[in-house]
Amino acid sequence: MSAEKTENLSWIDKRFPLTETWRAHLSEYYAPKNLNFWSFFGSLAILTLVIQIVTGIWLAMSYKPDADLAFASVEYIMRDVDWGWVIRYMHSTGASAFFIVIYMHMFRGLLWGSYRKPRELLWIIGVVIYLVMMATAFFGYLLPWGQMSYWGAQVIVNLFAAVPGIGEDLSVWVRGDYVISDATLNRFFAFHFLLPFLLVGLVFMHIVALHHVGSNNPDGIEIKQGPKGNKWSDKAPADGIPFHPYYTVKDLMGVVVFLALFSVVMFFMPTFGGLFLEPPNFQPANPMQTPAHIAPVWYFTPFYAMLRAVPPMWDSQFPGVVVMFAAILILFVLPWLDRSPVKSMRYKGPIFKWATAIFAVSFVVLAWLGMQPVSDLYTLLAQIFTTLYFAYFLLMPIYSALDKTKPVPERVTS
Amino acid sequence: MRKLIIATLFALVPAALPASEALHLEHADIDLHDQASLQRGAKYFVNYCMGCHSLQYMRYNRMAKDLGIDEVTLRENLLFGDAKPGDLMTNAMRAEDALKWFGTAVPDLTLATRWRSPDWVYTYLKSFYLDDTRPYGVNNVVFPLVGMPHVLSDLQGKQEAIVEPPHEEGGEPIVAGVKLVEEGSLSPKEYDAVVRDITAFLTYAGEPFKLERQRLGVYVLLFLGVLFILAYLLKKEYWKDVH
Repeated sequence: MSAEKTENLSWIDKRFPLTETWRAHLSEYYAPKNLNFWSFFGSLAILTLVIQIVTGIWLAMSYKPDADLAFASVEYIMRDVDWGWVIRYMHSTGASAFFIVIYMHMFRGLLWGSYRKPRELLWIIGVVIYLVMMATAFFGYLLPWGQMSYWGAQVIVNLFAAVPGIGEDLSVWVRGDYVISDATLNRFFAFHFLLPFLLVGLVFMHIVALHHVGSNNPDGIEIKQGPKGNKWSDKAPADGIPFHPYYTVKDLMGVVVFLALFSVVMFFMPTFGGLFLEPPNFQPANPMQTPAHIAPVWYFTPFYAMLRAVPPMWDSQFPGVVVMFAAILILFVLPWLDRSPVKSMRYKGPIFKWATAIFAVSFVVLAWLGMQPVSDLYTLLAQIFTTLYFAYFLLMPIYSALDKTKPVPERVTS
Repeated sequence: MRKLIIATLFALVPAALPASEALHLEHADIDLHDQASLQRGAKYFVNYCMGCHSLQYMRYNRMAKDLGIDEVTLRENLLFGDAKPGDLMTNAMRAEDALKWFGTAVPDLTLATRWRSPDWVYTYLKSFYLDDTRPYGVNNVVFPLVGMPHVLSDLQGKQEAIVEPPHEEGGEPIVAGVKLVEEGSLSPKEYDAVVRDITAFLTYAGEPFKLERQRLGVYVLLFLGVLFILAYLLKKEYWKDVH
C-alpha cells in the first residue's frame, strides 16, 4: 500500500512538483516560532476571501442585476431560496469581516515594521490588494439596489466629475449614463464578479513574495540571518519552525474563534446596529428621493471624512478627492518613509509609539466622523484628524530618525 | 478647547445610532414567539392595511406556516379575490390611483420595520391627531404631513395635538404629543394591544426567518465551542515539540 502510494506520488512528482511545493510552502517553510495573536489575520484574510467568493457565486445564481428586479431578487434569496438567508448574511457579514481582518493585518504590518526592507514589494502587493478589495466592495454595495446603495454610488461616482476638465465625461463613462441606472448596475455586477478572482491572483503573488523573503515576527528580527540548525533541519533558521503542522494547527484555533465571532454577528445581529446593513438599504432605490443623510459603509468612512474635511477650492471638490485618494496612495511609499534603525515597535522609541497610537486613534475617529451628518465642529475635528493621519506618514522620515531606539536582541524572544 | 476635548471623547465611543433622531419613540414590546399575537396582527393587517399596503415579498402560505394558520382558515379569512396560497401578498391598488388619492405612492410594508424600526411603527400608529389643514383631516407626530388617513380611527377614537410654544423666537409651534378627545370602540389599552399585534406581525414579515436564525445560531456556536476545545488541545499537543 505504502509502496504503491509512493509510486503514485513519484509519478505525479515527475510531472508536477507536488511534494516540492508542499515542502517549500508548508512542511519545510520555516516561520519564526514567536508569532503571536497578530499573525492570525493573514490566514483569516484568505478565509474571508474564500467565504466571499463561495457565497458570492451562490448569490449570483439567484440575483438579478436589473434595476427593476435587483431589490426583489435579494428578498427572494432571503425568503424563498433554501438557506438563502444564510448565504446572504454570510456575504454581508463577510464583507465587513474582511475589512476588519485586513485593517488588523495592515496594523500588524505597522507594528512589526513588515513594510521595511526586504519586504517592500510584499507590502506594495498588499496595498494593491487593499485597493482592489475596496473597488470590489464599492461595486458590490450597489447590487442590493437599496436607497443607500443607490445614493452612496451616486455620491462616489460624482467624485469623478470633480476631476478638472474631463470630470463630467469621466463620470458618465463610469456610470454608462447621466445618473446611476440599470446600465451602471449591470457593469458594477460584472466588475464585482470579476475582481475577486483578480484578488486571488494578487494573494498568490503576496504569498510568493512572503515565502521568498520569509515571515516577519513581533521582534522584527530576520531569522534567516540568524544561526542555522533546528530540530527539523541543519540548514533551516534556528528560530524557525515548520509552518505545517505548527502554524496550521495554531491558525485553525484562530479560525474557530473567528468563525464564532462571525456567527454571533451573522445569527444574532446581522445588521450590526445598522453598520453592516444600513436601515435605508431596506428601501428600494428611488432616484427621485434623496435620503436625508448619506453615508458610505463603515469601512469607507475614514476616507469619506477626509473628503468632507477639505473645503472646496476654486469652486471645485477636486482637492478633497485628491486628499482622499492620497490617504491610500501614501501607503505605497511607506517603506521609504521609515528611517528607524529597528523594524519592530517593540524596539522603537516613545515618539514612534506615540505617533502610531495617535495615527490609530485618528483613523477610528475619522471612521466615526464619516458616519455623522456635517456640522461645523465635526468638520473641524475631521480637519484635525486628517492632518494627524497625514502627519504620521509625512513626518515619519524626521521623527523615525530622531527617535531613541532600544537594542534589538540577536534571537527572537518568546 | 474644552468643547473639542468633550467631542473627541464622544467620538471615541463607538456609536451606530442615527444622529438626528431626536424623536421619542415608544417601546413596542413585541414578542415574536407569541403566535396568537402574530395571528391577530396578520388578521388586522389583511383587514385594515392591505387595501392600500402590500407585503410584496411575503407569501401567504409561508405566513400561514410560520404563524400556525391552517389552510382552511387561510383560504376563508385571509385570501381575497383570486389570490392563491402560494402568491405574494400584493394588492390591486394601482400606483397612479394612489398618487391621485393620497398624493404619494403607497409604500410596500414588508421591510417597514427594518428601515424604520418596530418602535417607530408602533408609535406611528398611535400618533395620529386631528388637523383640518390635511386632506384626510389628520396629521401624525412621528410622520408630519403624512398622506395616509387614520384607518384605525374607529378603534382608537380621535386625538388632538398637544402644542407647545416654539423653542426659539419666531419658530413654528411644536407638536409635543397627543391626547384622546373622543373615545373609539376600544379602550386605550386595548388599542395599544391591537397596534402591538400589527407591529409584531410586520416585524415578523420583515424577517420571517428571524427565530430560525437565532435557533440555528445557538447550535452553530455550541459546535464551534466544542471544535475550539479540540483545536486548542491539538495545538497544545503539537507545540510540545517547540517549547
